[in-house]
Order: sequence, then structure tokens, then C-alpha cells
Amino acid sequence: MMDQLPALQVMLPMTMAPLIVLIRNPKWSWLLATLATGAACLVSCLLLMQVIDGSVIRYAIGGWEAPTGIEFYIDRANAGVALLVTGVSFVTLIYAYHSIQHGIDSSRHYLFYTGWLLCTTGLIGMVITGDAFNVFVFLEISSLSTYMLVAFGSDRRALVASFRYLVIGSIGASFILLGIGFLYAATGTLNMVDLAMRIPTTESPRAVLVAFSFLTVGVMIKAAVFPLHGWLLSAYHHAPIAVTAFLAGTATKVSLYILVRMFFSVFGEAYSFEQLFLNWVLLPAAIAGFLTMSLVAIYQTDLRRMLAYSSVAQIGYIIAGISLATQQGLTAAVVHMFNHGMVKAALFMAVGCILYRVGHTHIPSLQRLISRMPFTVTAFIIAGLGLIGVPLTVGFVSKFSLIQALMERGWWAAAVLILVSSVMATAYVGRVIYLLLFRESRSETAGMTGVNEAPLLMLAPLYALLALSVYFGVFGSQTLRLAAGAAQTLLGGYQ
Amino acid sequence: MATVLGFYNYWVVIVLMMAGLYILISRYNLIKKMIGLSIFQTSIFYLYISIGKVENGTAPILNDDPATIYSNPLPHVLILTAIVVGVATTAVALALSVRIYENYGTIEEDEIRALNAGEHEL
Repeated sequence: MMDQLPALQVMLPMTMAPLIVLIRNPKWSWLLATLATGAACLVSCLLLMQVIDGSVIRYAIGGWEAPTGIEFYIDRANAGVALLVTGVSFVTLIYAYHSIQHGIDSSRHYLFYTGWLLCTTGLIGMVITGDAFNVFVFLEISSLSTYMLVAFGSDRRALVASFRYLVIGSIGASFILLGIGFLYAATGTLNMVDLAMRIPTTESPRAVLVAFSFLTVGVMIKAAVFPLHGWLLSAYHHAPIAVTAFLAGTATKVSLYILVRMFFSVFGEAYSFEQLFLNWVLLPAAIAGFLTMSLVAIYQTDLRRMLAYSSVAQIGYIIAGISLATQQGLTAAVVHMFNHGMVKAALFMAVGCILYRVGHTHIPSLQRLISRMPFTVTAFIIAGLGLIGVPLTVGFVSKFSLIQALMERGWWAAAVLILVSSVMATAYVGRVIYLLLFRESRSETAGMTGVNEAPLLMLAPLYALLALSVYFGVFGSQTLRLAAGAAQTLLGGYQ
Repeated sequence: MATVLGFYNYWVVIVLMMAGLYILISRYNLIKKMIGLSIFQTSIFYLYISIGKVENGTAPILNDDPATIYSNPLPHVLILTAIVVGVATTAVALALSVRIYENYGTIEEDEIRALNAGEHEL
């Protein structure tokens, strides 16, 4: 049983998805989907405990040993990411039950849960697979189901957002496919450990270079790194809010993990950063990303769109950490991936509670909401402080370690710019918190009568996630140690 | 000239890819965009199949003659998967186009944008 855990993690949500299509009953579908993701989450925990000491699990699918067959490769670097995916999927799925009651007809709920499970399957698969082509397959499983989930949004603009995401996402995925093709042509293998061994001695370095560029651009589109983030804004804005919370916590993080895995493990740090000077591409993109996106977020009138802009800015921080290519920088990037994943999922869940009761997320019309929905607003404030990076929150842990890493490398200007961006984050989060707590004018509060607190089944998962984020904020050294291990594994390459 | 003709399959890939991307960027009609995307994806299928060809190689079906040279079947298998993915993508996109037409009454992107801009942002 224990030997089969890597396969179980992917199979649990995957086999449950077609079952739900047969069952169709909305309540049972939800229950089964929650059980499947919960069990997958448990499996991820067990796997993380097995590899936390630095050991590696290699699981040959169907008994075909790598490099002939496809394998799942689990080590310290990706077990944590898998746990993030299954954990956030589990928590937001519990939350989704009430959240999707408005806007989605109950006769179509089973399709929603099916899409959700398939998306989870794809994301876990992308993280733990050790085969380059398999990454593409799982990527498309998760992408296609994401397009479907986004299109479930109640507004007709969700359809356009989904179509746009589909076009851009397919270009990204095609670039990845093209890159993998060139890699195969240059090396004759698809296994990632094997690729890492053969790339330095390849006879056609130009094909490897082309593969590297296509893969980098393709994965960066999927990760919504600054100049390639266009799809994210409208998709996050118009998707059902439970889907947004799920995606904000997982999808971009998984793509960022693939990026890191590719740069450091497959191509190697020496090739990516010393030979190609990748940091001179990544760092400017990161800085431009977090500065402009934080600035634009200040001027948004819709809460969901504001948080979407903030997401792109936060991805900028992670990219800045990656571009350092040092142990400290990578640790900061990994830790911020987790912390931001938790905080942003919690923020979108709080916004979802507001959307559920008030019916919109227009910021100026939400004045003094605390008198109507005290628990939701409190949750938003706690998560908002985490997003800014106030001491004792998770945001502080990761931003502090990122700034430390930048200073260690002597990149003072970038460190100062992160502080500037944090001030802007204070501005856009602080403005919303102020409005939620205090009233500016009496005229705009109409339509709030009869609004009361969100149902328990929405608040409980929200507060569970918040409790975790507060715990990891106060005891930040634990996540930092875990991330340091992951960074060490990544920098060391495959053994 | 020899390099141009010798690599003609790769030239086909490049031309198809650029044509697909150009349609994708320049057309506003959602169906035409999908056609562009399909052409773009097809060019990648050609690239993979080109990689699999071994000079003087025959179809990779095992026979008794040990001197036979086989073409590499792996890229073909890979691209079968990618073709399925491409079909699925097209299907999802067409389904979305139908829903967009039902809701907006048009599948021209500029008209949809104008309709969205007219809506009150709440």
C-alpha cells in the first residue's frame, strides 16, 4: 500500500471524476469530490513525511523502469508543492458547496465537481511526474478543465475570459510541446533525470538552446509572469470565486515550480544562469511586474480585480527570488510560493463570502460591512495583513527572507523596490480595510439591509486556512527550514 | 539551395506555424481564431513526425530480418496524445463560442468588447 502512494495521489481524484458524472446528484458529487481530494491531501502529507529527510521516491508506472517507462519522481522540492495543491483544493472544495449555489444551476453542479477533480489531477501530476512529455499531458488535463471551470462564472464575461485564457493557454502549452520536441531531438530521451545527464554532453547545443527558450516562454505564460499575465486578470475576475481561490493558490504556483525545476534541475544552474544570463531577463520582468501591478491595483474599484493584479505582483516577488539563483533566494521564492498561495486563497474566499451575501464586489459600495459580516471582514483583514507582510504574518516571513537574499547578493536597488511595492500593497489593502470598517458617506450603503454573516460551511474552511497561515507566520522558521531543504535539493540537481 | 530543399519539412513547419499565429493575432472572429490555433498546433505535429524519421528506415513493425532499419516510433506515439489534446482544445473552444454567441449574439471579438464596455461595472 505504502509503495503505491505516488500513484494513489493522482488516481484518487482521477477515478472519482467519471464516477461523479454517473452519480449526478449535486450533494453526493460534492461529498465524493471532497473525500477524494481529502484523501489525496492525506497521501501528500504521508509522502512529504517520507522524503523530508532528503530521500527520493521513484515510482515506475506499470513496472516499466525509467528511462524507458514513465516515472513519478518525488523529493523534498515537489512533495511540498503537491501538498499545497491537494490542501488548497480540499479546503476550497468544502467552501465551494455554498459558494456555487448562486449562479450555477444545480443540475450542472456535478460537471463543476468533475472539472474540479480533473484540474486537481492535472496539477498534482505536473508536480510529481519525472517525464517531460508527461508534464505536457498533465498540464493540458489541468488547463482544459480550468477553461471549463472559468466558464462556469455567472457573468457572461466569464465566457469571454475563458476563451481568452484558452487561446493564450494553448499557445503556452504548444510552446512547451515544441520545447520538449527539440529536447527529445537533441538528447533522445524524455525522462527528466536522464535529460539532466545528457544535456551537458549533447551534440546539438543549438537545439537545446531553442528548447530552453520555448520552454521558458511557454511555462512563463502559464505562470502569468509579468509581461505574459494578460489572461489571469479577466479569468480571476469572472470565474466562480471558489475556482479563483483554488487557482490563485495552486495553478500559477505549480507552473512556477515547473519553471524552477527546469532551470535548476533539468538544464542546470550553470547553464541557465551563468551561460545564458537568465537573471538579466527574470529580474527586470519581476521588478516591472511587482511595481506596475501594485500601482494599478490601487486604482481598481472591483475587489476581485484588485486581488488579481496583486497576484501578478506577488508572482514578481517569487521570480525575483528565483533570479538570484542562490540558496537564500530560492528558499525565499519557495517559501513565498506557499505563503502567498495560502494567503491569496484565503483572501479570495473572504471576498467570495462577501459576494455570496452582498451580490457584488464593488469596493465603494462595501462601506462598513463589518457591522453586517464581522467574521468575514475579520478574516479579510487578517489575510490582508498577511498579503502586505506585517510582522508575525506569513507575508513578513517570506518578504523578509527575500530582501535578505537580495542584500546578500548586493542587489540593493531591487530590495528597495520591493519595499516600495510593499508600501503600495499597504495602500491598496489598507484602503479596502478602511472602507470595510468605517463609513465615509451615508448615501452608498443602500442595498445592505438583510445582509448577514456567510454560512458556516464557507467560514470554517476560510478560518482553517487562516489559522494555518497565522501559525506559519508566527513559527516562520519551520517553513523556512522546509523551503531551505527544497532549495538545496533543487540547486543540487538530480543525483 | 541544398539546405533549403533538404530541410523542406522543417520549412513547412515554420510556414504553417507563422500562418497559424498570424491568423490567431490578426482575426477578430472567434472561429477563425480557432482555425489559426489548430494550424499552429498542427505545425508542431509535423515537427514531431519529422524528428521520428530515420534515413532509409521502414515502418516500425518488427520483422525477422535483423538488418532492417526502423523509423523511431516514439514521436508518433507522443503526437497521437498531442492530437487528442488538440481535438479536445478545439471542442472546448467551439463549445465556448456557441455559448458566447447565445449570450452576446455575435462571435466578433471587437463587438463583444464593445458590448462589455457598455455594461455597468458592478
